[in-house]
Amino acid sequence: MFRIFALGLTLTTSGAATIAVAEPVGDPASGQKQFRRCASCHMIGPDAQHRVGPALTNVIGTAIASAPDFAYSDALRVAGAEGGIWDAETLDAYLANPRQVFKGNRMSFRGLRNDQDRADVIAYIETFADQNEAVDVAEGFAVSAEILAIEGDVEYGEYLGSECKTCHQPSGDDDGIPNIVGLAVDDFAIAMHAYREKFRENSVMQIIASRLNDEEIAALAAYFEELEN
Amino acid sequence: MTLSRRKFLGTSVAASAALAAPMSFAAGHGKPHVVVVGGGAGGATAARYIANDSKGEVAVTLIEPTRTYYTCFFSNLYLGGFKTIDDLGHSYGGLAAGGVNVVHDWAVGVDRSAKTVTLAGGATLSYDKLVLSPGIDFVEGAVEGWDLTSQNAMPHAYKAGSQTELLKSQLMAMPQGGTFAMVAPPNPYRCPPGPYERVSMVAHFLKENNPTAKIIVADPKEKFSKMALFQEGWANHYEGMVDWIGSDFGGDNVSVDPDAMTLSIDGEVMNVDVCNVIPAMKAGRIAEIAGVTDGNWAPVNAIDMSSKADADVYVLGDSSQQGDMPKSGFSANSQAKVCANAIRGALTGSRVFPAKFSNTCWSLINTNDGVKVGATYEATDEKIAKVEGFISATGETADVRQSTYEESEGWYAGITADMFG
Repeated sequence: MFRIFALGLTLTTSGAATIAVAEPVGDPASGQKQFRRCASCHMIGPDAQHRVGPALTNVIGTAIASAPDFAYSDALRVAGAEGGIWDAETLDAYLANPRQVFKGNRMSFRGLRNDQDRADVIAYIETFADQNEAVDVAEGFAVSAEILAIEGDVEYGEYLGSECKTCHQPSGDDDGIPNIVGLAVDDFAIAMHAYREKFRENSVMQIIASRLNDEEIAALAAYFEELEN
Repeated sequence: MTLSRRKFLGTSVAASAALAAPMSFAAGHGKPHVVVVGGGAGGATAARYIANDSKGEVAVTLIEPTRTYYTCFFSNLYLGGFKTIDDLGHSYGGLAAGGVNVVHDWAVGVDRSAKTVTLAGGATLSYDKLVLSPGIDFVEGAVEGWDLTSQNAMPHAYKAGSQTELLKSQLMAMPQGGTFAMVAPPNPYRCPPGPYERVSMVAHFLKENNPTAKIIVADPKEKFSKMALFQEGWANHYEGMVDWIGSDFGGDNVSVDPDAMTLSIDGEVMNVDVCNVIPAMKAGRIAEIAGVTDGNWAPVNAIDMSSKADADVYVLGDSSQQGDMPKSGFSANSQAKVCANAIRGALTGSRVFPAKFSNTCWSLINTNDGVKVGATYEATDEKIAKVEGFISATGETADVRQSTYEESEGWYAGITADMFG
């Protein structure tokens, strides 16, 4: 992916954007303008956080539905579980027709019909690659299916979750500390295990997670998935 | 630790006969009644969690004299110009909407044998469980020459609100090149990094508005919370402005004259323009009146924050003597949740879970230069004991410091929502 986009950028800056290739070459500057349509739901950049949609900072080249602290639709989670990757081709198909590709996903967007527009947006997204350390750090971190299968005790999760609410607001508001309400259980659990094993950075989260056992993490995950804003 | 460790389970709900006492504010009718004294990080949180989680099974009355509560945490940021006073103010409407009976009055008496609380307005409330979270008061005679009648000339500004505004106005009125003095408190006291964050915020204000002014700190301690971080920050941002005098150099031998506006450190008398006296502290007075203090503080059992003197009285936050947790809003909020879970269990038979405590104290040194220290804690037979901790490092990048500050903003929004709804 990196090579393809590097090539794309080179061609664009050399004024050869109109060269006849099978796929249009993306222009990140034009993509930045197109991205405004995405920006009502998605943040991108070094400080990007999940909003209605996940942060897209480092999305290209990663497994589908792999940001550890975002509640994806089942459709995208299945696609990710089946080994789907957000490469340019997949993203292009998705952006062309979000309703039909990964049916049942929750992205409320008509899509970009124009091939060039999609290439531009993808080129723009690609310029942010490797700026999101959290995603990198959580990548390559695995939690066994056995642990993820632990059924959480929601009532215990409610008690344990009271500690989380000192910083994470149950309203889902985010004033500098990310929202955790409504996260999918597996995403929540993976994120907490990653903090516990010090794969994810944040000194507060690491010590909070380090004294939670597997059952307690499952209890929290179950509670916060159920909690509604 | 296991769930079976709690022995409250199955204790009778015992709608107490004391509910017949005169003029009860309890929703009554046989419902158990919890009275909470003090609407800060401990009391407001406890009241809200007990009322919310018991879903009407427990009547909760919160006694708090002020209608607008100004958080002590973040009040230094008001001195530094990063927050307005209104940013710090919170009302109790959310608690009332959540089913807490909020009474704006002073609790002036506790009769533990009759299980009643008397208010300044004359009412008497019966309780099944009493939660005391009255914050701090000052030890009389702690700083020679200073008493509460001096607080207008030499504010403590260690209970937020009018005192904080007074200190800010004195800071703004300082003559160019003047001297801002602080008398720092001995351990233990509310918010260990607080005086030093205040020095940082005052320095920030002075650097912008009065760059030749000086800050002198007389401290009875040899060292203080986040000392290396603050001293690094003072050297980097406010070089030559802050003179900290610890106990080795007479910082523990201090007297003040509020009429003459002088401060004496180890016999050397100096004129000062502002003098922020933060005296030694003790539990809020109602804890002493209730007879649950031993010395300056109220000893509690770590497992549920119940008083060592009375199993039906709980003491939260700054007033409690619990072990390793610092006296902070975060700690009080954390203790309140453990206490609320235990009280609900005792009164309604709901499940009681093992005590888990945590604390983080963020401090701002300069614009976007935030640092933090924190730890987790557990209940042992003797005390609340520290499990694991962390502290910001000296020499961190500007990005790390900025994200720490942004995290503190998120925490402020989170904890105030958690306290006040």
